[in-house]
Amino acid sequence: MTWTWFHRLASPPYAYALAARLTPWFAWPAALLILGGLWGGLVLAPPDYQQGEGFRIIYVHAPSAWMSLMVYTTMAIAAAVGLIWRIKVAHAVAASCAPIGASFTFAALVTGALWGEPMWGTYWEWDPRLTSELVLLFLYLGYMGLRAGIEDPQRADRASAVLAVVGVVNVPIIHYSVTWWNSLHQAPSVMRLGKPHMPATMLVPLLMMLLGFTLFFVALLLVRLRGEILSRERSASWIREVVRA
Amino acid sequence: MSDETLEVENLHLWRGERHVLRGVHFALAAGSCVEVTGVNGAGKTSLLRTLCGLIFPEEGRVLWNGTDVRRDLPSYHAALAYLGHEPPLKADLTARENLHYWIGMRRRIGTSELDEALARVGAAAYGDRLVRTLSAGQRRRAALAGLALLKVPLWVLDEPTTNLDAEGRTLVGDLIAEQRARGGMVVAAVHHSLPDAAGGVSRLELAA
Amino acid sequence: MIARVPPAPGTLASGAPALSRAAEGGVPALAAASALQAARLVLRRDLQLAFRKRSQLVQPLAFFAMVTMLFPLATSPELSKLREIAPGVIWAAALLASLLALEFLFRDDAHDGTLEQYALSGQSLTWLMFAKTCAHWLLTGLPLALMAPVAALSLGAPGTSLPGILLSVAVGSVTVSLIGAIGAALTLGVKRGGVLLSLLTLPLSLPVLIFGARATQLAISGAPFLAPLELLAALAVLGVTLAPLAAAAAVRISLE
Repeated sequence: MTWTWFHRLASPPYAYALAARLTPWFAWPAALLILGGLWGGLVLAPPDYQQGEGFRIIYVHAPSAWMSLMVYTTMAIAAAVGLIWRIKVAHAVAASCAPIGASFTFAALVTGALWGEPMWGTYWEWDPRLTSELVLLFLYLGYMGLRAGIEDPQRADRASAVLAVVGVVNVPIIHYSVTWWNSLHQAPSVMRLGKPHMPATMLVPLLMMLLGFTLFFVALLLVRLRGEILSRERSASWIREVVRA
Repeated sequence: MSDETLEVENLHLWRGERHVLRGVHFALAAGSCVEVTGVNGAGKTSLLRTLCGLIFPEEGRVLWNGTDVRRDLPSYHAALAYLGHEPPLKADLTARENLHYWIGMRRRIGTSELDEALARVGAAAYGDRLVRTLSAGQRRRAALAGLALLKVPLWVLDEPTTNLDAEGRTLVGDLIAEQRARGGMVVAAVHHSLPDAAGGVSRLELAA
Repeated sequence: MIARVPPAPGTLASGAPALSRAAEGGVPALAAASALQAARLVLRRDLQLAFRKRSQLVQPLAFFAMVTMLFPLATSPELSKLREIAPGVIWAAALLASLLALEFLFRDDAHDGTLEQYALSGQSLTWLMFAKTCAHWLLTGLPLALMAPVAALSLGAPGTSLPGILLSVAVGSVTVSLIGAIGAALTLGVKRGGVLLSLLTLPLSLPVLIFGARATQLAISGAPFLAPLELLAALAVLGVTLAPLAAAAAVRISLE
């Protein structure tokens, strides 16, 4: 049955070893794609006819924003798996995702503000996308806060898992309501943080950055996962073998 | 109520890093009682809560009438009464009101039954006083009234004689004996042995 | 630790009990309580308990009034200016007041062991959570909804807007109670859990705030406010179907 690989993944020593083996397969392509994307976006692509050079920050902003959402979804799925099938490694994956996702969200907010400054004249506008990112940051902080607040590690895992699942259901609702709210008060002259019209020379580096960020996330996740597993299993016997080796 | 069985197979439980239950294994038939003993921290409460299905063990299982309780927790709970360290009574309600809500959530109950039960445990005099005005022993008696009223086959009791005087402890012994005579089962975590009203109580000692 | 517990003497090896039962003539059939009856009992119990401690009932309302009062003092007493910020003030104050009351939703029950008994009652914990949330709304959300028009008046809202304000706060607070119950269950036993509860519940309640404040604003300016009100109702319906489930899961986790 194909479920055997699933059950093997659930074993901490196996997951630990697998993560070590897989990391370079994600880290190197990620580095190449990101470097290539940055080169293509910052140097090769022509300036936008409307926004000038300022639009180039999209090459960091858009992938960060995309990843912040993708990481939250991954976190929620891992949490759900851990909750339903009681798999400790799944909870470790969720725990490892949270700080990475929060960092992506923060990066999206900062790059969004930096982008906004030349366009709007201020560092912050209650743009629907930026506002949604801000709410997402609070969702991440709440998740990490709940984990930190509960002392029993198993209970912390399971409680934060429920929170992650509830959050992921809410994210589309929050995004919709924020967009709705913004559309009511939208001054027509304000430029949104939208994507400028994208010919191939602009689009290809963006896609490279998106893919590169995704692979980067997986590589980071695998590294954090190993640390997380080490910390959770520190009194288990197989750890001593690993440390000795 | 005559052919239920409770089996506990090879329970292993970790709380954080502590291996609290290490292969607990026993079987109970109708009419029996087992005392769980052990020093503080040995895992008596954890064992009782695992029996109730509140905690899920990492290994092993609890079987009620041959079926894993996890398959159908609600039916198992309907056959189970659990009395923890604290009597489950709201301080701002009277003993009678508390019982009305506690038992009423599980089965229909009438005033005369409540009166009888309170009288049985010697709490008739203070049944209508707010629980916050009662002493610890009186609260424990009120909780025992609830236990008797539930009329279920399996009793899981965590130190049932706490705060009770000698008369109260005898009462607990009597209630357990009546439960066993009905064909019910009792699992009790104790520090000191229960008053041996019906004899033949088995013991399970948990090492720390 | 292996222990074999032999059946008590006086019972046969097969487990059949000994003669002393014969006299009883068997156990009478006991009518089990239905989920609805159990839920009704939970609701009644919470209401009865709240009315025994009436002073605590008033606290969230007093808090709401106080927060509302902060704004004229902090900005300006001109009603025309206050009217503009009234929707925001009312909704922010109502949210914060609800959060105050949410902390105590499960706290006492968790301490005295009654929450445990709910989980062990054999009844659907989801239904019982729904009943508890209903009680919380009746004790907090509904009174806030009745107070909101008064607060709005003090902030310069016209008399014609009052029914709309009452309705929007009444419907919106349903969802806040539902979401807050999940947060309250998750933060059971966390030290200084009140702040964490707010941090968890507020982002999830933002849609309610947005639609509710919009409905209030439209009511104050005399425009039809049905659209945001319907959205509020939709959120409430979604909450009623999903939130008690999550709250029950969170309660079970806190009992582990």
